[in-house]
Amino acid sequence: MTQTCLTFRDLTLGYNSHPAIHHLDGTIRKGSLTAVVGANGSGKSTLMKGIVGVLKPMAGEVVRAPGVRAAYLPQQSELDRSFPARVVDLVSLGLWPKRGMLGRYTSEDRAAVSQALMAVGLGGFEKRPIDTLSGGQLQRTLFARVLLQDADLILLDEPFNAVDAKTVGDLIALIKRWHGEERTIMVVVHDLELVRQNFPETLLLARQPIAWGETRETLKPENLLRARRFHEAWEENAPWCEPDGHAHDHAHGHDHHGHDHDHHHDVGPRAA
Amino acid sequence: MDALYGLFIAPFADFGFMQRALFGSLMLSLGACPIGVFLMLRRMSLSGDAMAHAILPGAAAGFLFYGLEILPMTIGGLIAGIIVALGAGAVSRFTIQREDASMAAFYLISLAIGVLMVSIRGSSVDLMHVLFGTVLALNNEALTLIGGIVALTLVSLAIFWRALVAECLDPLFLRSVSRMGSPVHFIFLGLVVLNLVGGFQALGTLLSVGLMMLPAAAARFWTVRVEPMCMLAVLIGFASCIAGLLLSYHASLPSGPAIILSAGVVYFASILFGTRGILRARIIHHRHRTA
Repeated sequence: MTQTCLTFRDLTLGYNSHPAIHHLDGTIRKGSLTAVVGANGSGKSTLMKGIVGVLKPMAGEVVRAPGVRAAYLPQQSELDRSFPARVVDLVSLGLWPKRGMLGRYTSEDRAAVSQALMAVGLGGFEKRPIDTLSGGQLQRTLFARVLLQDADLILLDEPFNAVDAKTVGDLIALIKRWHGEERTIMVVVHDLELVRQNFPETLLLARQPIAWGETRETLKPENLLRARRFHEAWEENAPWCEPDGHAHDHAHGHDHHGHDHDHHHDVGPRAA
Repeated sequence: MDALYGLFIAPFADFGFMQRALFGSLMLSLGACPIGVFLMLRRMSLSGDAMAHAILPGAAAGFLFYGLEILPMTIGGLIAGIIVALGAGAVSRFTIQREDASMAAFYLISLAIGVLMVSIRGSSVDLMHVLFGTVLALNNEALTLIGGIVALTLVSLAIFWRALVAECLDPLFLRSVSRMGSPVHFIFLGLVVLNLVGGFQALGTLLSVGLMMLPAAAARFWTVRVEPMCMLAVLIGFASCIAGLLLSYHASLPSGPAIILSAGVVYFASILFGTRGILRARIIHHRHRTA
């Protein structure tokens, strides 16, 4: 029996009334490891923001299974690196779900922080000011924070950017460890080879899902070609998308090859 | 020994007004300096200045109706300050406009109203009172008020410390784990207003922001952590108040500017001699470690 972690119901997310994710339906299985791929502007980051809740849906909804706590590593962090903080202060923010605003950090918590830093290969970096870290070290620091959050649902938005090969290997190992711990993980990745080797499932996006399911199937050449034909730019005069019963046909789970939108051919990718 | 006593102790021991001034300004430093540190770290250093101007119409309204009375002017200033802080904060949170622009717009409107109101009745002497304060004439009412503001500030900082640090350090992260982001921002703006209003009794609207920002700016050159930075800012604030009051007493200078200029001296000294200051960076960097 498989449990559902996330359910998308007719989800539309976007900016200024232009959709970046258009009528997405489907589910993310509990304990699954999904790569989210697609061209620039295909809605990958937007989907992540929608799941965390920092971006409100324009229509539809994302439903989290009850009690699921999410950890989110954004692509463009709003982290202020000039803020006078040490690595340990930054990583300790990951204790928020456990300790909240007022709970005292125990010696156990401090040990957990050290362990998290060890796990990302930054043992002994506790006292370093964050403005002295390299890009890759900072990324690993943020991974340590995710680790500490101990979340059931982990969302990583392009975590491998500006990270060297060895570090990518370390971070992949960490993701696999989480996968082994039955956590649900979604990762936005650009490197398709990396996806083929390490991710069992893939969601290929181009504002709408082009393909969604087992990685080998999803990343077939014809799907990639269709994704590439995706038209990135908004069209100012794109016709309004009228509600027409999308809310009713969301029960088909994975592998639905792109919605057909009769009224939207001029914006979305053409379904074959 | 007697000379030292006469120089440093006697002014405070012999005169009640000096004791009050000392007590009031030290309390003020206790609350305002940590607030200043966070203003600086949030890149809102000039917002303090803007807020200090924004308080004027409220204070002027109190002055217009009740004359030079502390309580009505304070309450008026508080109301005006909170309207501007919340208004500017809300515009920046819920529209595309950044806080610096919305703050500038709100405080300029507020300041214009304030100057208009003062000009309706007061002479320029009255305006000087409002702008430059009267640290040497702090009465019990004013001291109680400052005490209350400081207590509220310290308690709020203790409660919201972690959220405030998270909001400064990584606001998007805070939004992903908690709904405290916006509330904590507004609570912080409220504390800024409170401390400026508390300060304007003692130092005036224009200079109260100096006691908030200068010690904070100076402390930045000495440490790389927030907690010690706040402590250090408070200590610099204390030293500036004592030095400023003594200077004002011995040289017959106005007390507000004397206090702020003392803080200014510490600031310049910190730029030069701080552990992260100019000289240190020049000298120490001749040597480096192997790894």
